[in-house]
Amino acid sequence: MSLAAASLSAMSALPLAALTGPFEVSLHSYLYLSAVIFAVGFFGVLLRKNTLVIYMCLELMLVASTVALVAFSRFNGVLDGNVFVFFILTVAAAEVAVGLAIIVALFRRRQTVQVEQLNALKN
Amino acid sequence: MSDVLFHLFAILTVACALGVVFNKNAVNSAICFLLSLVGVAGLFVLLDAFLLAVLMVLVYAGAVVALFLFIIMLLDVQGGERKKFTKATLLSSVIAGGLLVTGLVSFARNARTGQVSVADNVPVVGNSLRAYAEQLFTVYLLPVQIVGFLLLIAMLGVIVLSKKFDNTAVEDAK
Repeated sequence: MSLAAASLSAMSALPLAALTGPFEVSLHSYLYLSAVIFAVGFFGVLLRKNTLVIYMCLELMLVASTVALVAFSRFNGVLDGNVFVFFILTVAAAEVAVGLAIIVALFRRRQTVQVEQLNALKN
Repeated sequence: MSDVLFHLFAILTVACALGVVFNKNAVNSAICFLLSLVGVAGLFVLLDAFLLAVLMVLVYAGAVVALFLFIIMLLDVQGGERKKFTKATLLSSVIAGGLLVTGLVSFARNARTGQVSVADNVPVVGNSLRAYAEQLFTVYLLPVQIVGFLLLIAMLGVIVLSKKFDNTAVEDAK
């Protein structure tokens, strides 16, 4: 009996326990989700060779952080996280415009956006 | 009901994020990114941040992804034959990604949330426009001004960056 209870409590510490029993969406669920999206974006930045796709993966990491901020804000009953996400959205829009202009300027000069060919600073 | 929706949007978001990373075609990546953002907007609705959900769809899915698609199609880079990864690259990215996941998950797991881990106990504050307006025009007035100025600077910077300067005129002036 106690063993079953112990194993159950150990299970509930795992995110996979969501599939096995009644599940309350907690702050931790949103934090796990945010971490997973962030990690996927990070992996994309490391793995991809196309500058535009790398940039998209960077945006994905930014979005993951906004999920965490909104979740913290909601579960603590304050508005500051939401307002911060508001500012992040604005800055991200400006940043994307400037970044894409830089990529276009780079393409105009080098005729490529593949990172393995953009090695002017190598050695 | 809300936990079913949470899982739905979470799976949509993560699956489309994986689609961004693993699609060979950059246009498909951009469309996956769009779907991922829609999933995030759904999560924002579940978190009672309706304004942010609408803004997410308008600003990110509307403007940013459209800009990405425009640039991808303008440059028309499909990359041709993709080079194989060297083993060192693949190994180090897997290790780095694994370390990042471990660190973030242990952070999320050990986060002390006290009594607030269930949303029903917490009053909803983010669902009215009036609350945002009060915050933005009192506490955060200076950041609002700064961000507006930043947008102006970004616009000017983009114009300067994408303008084609005539190099011969500069050399003649010398």
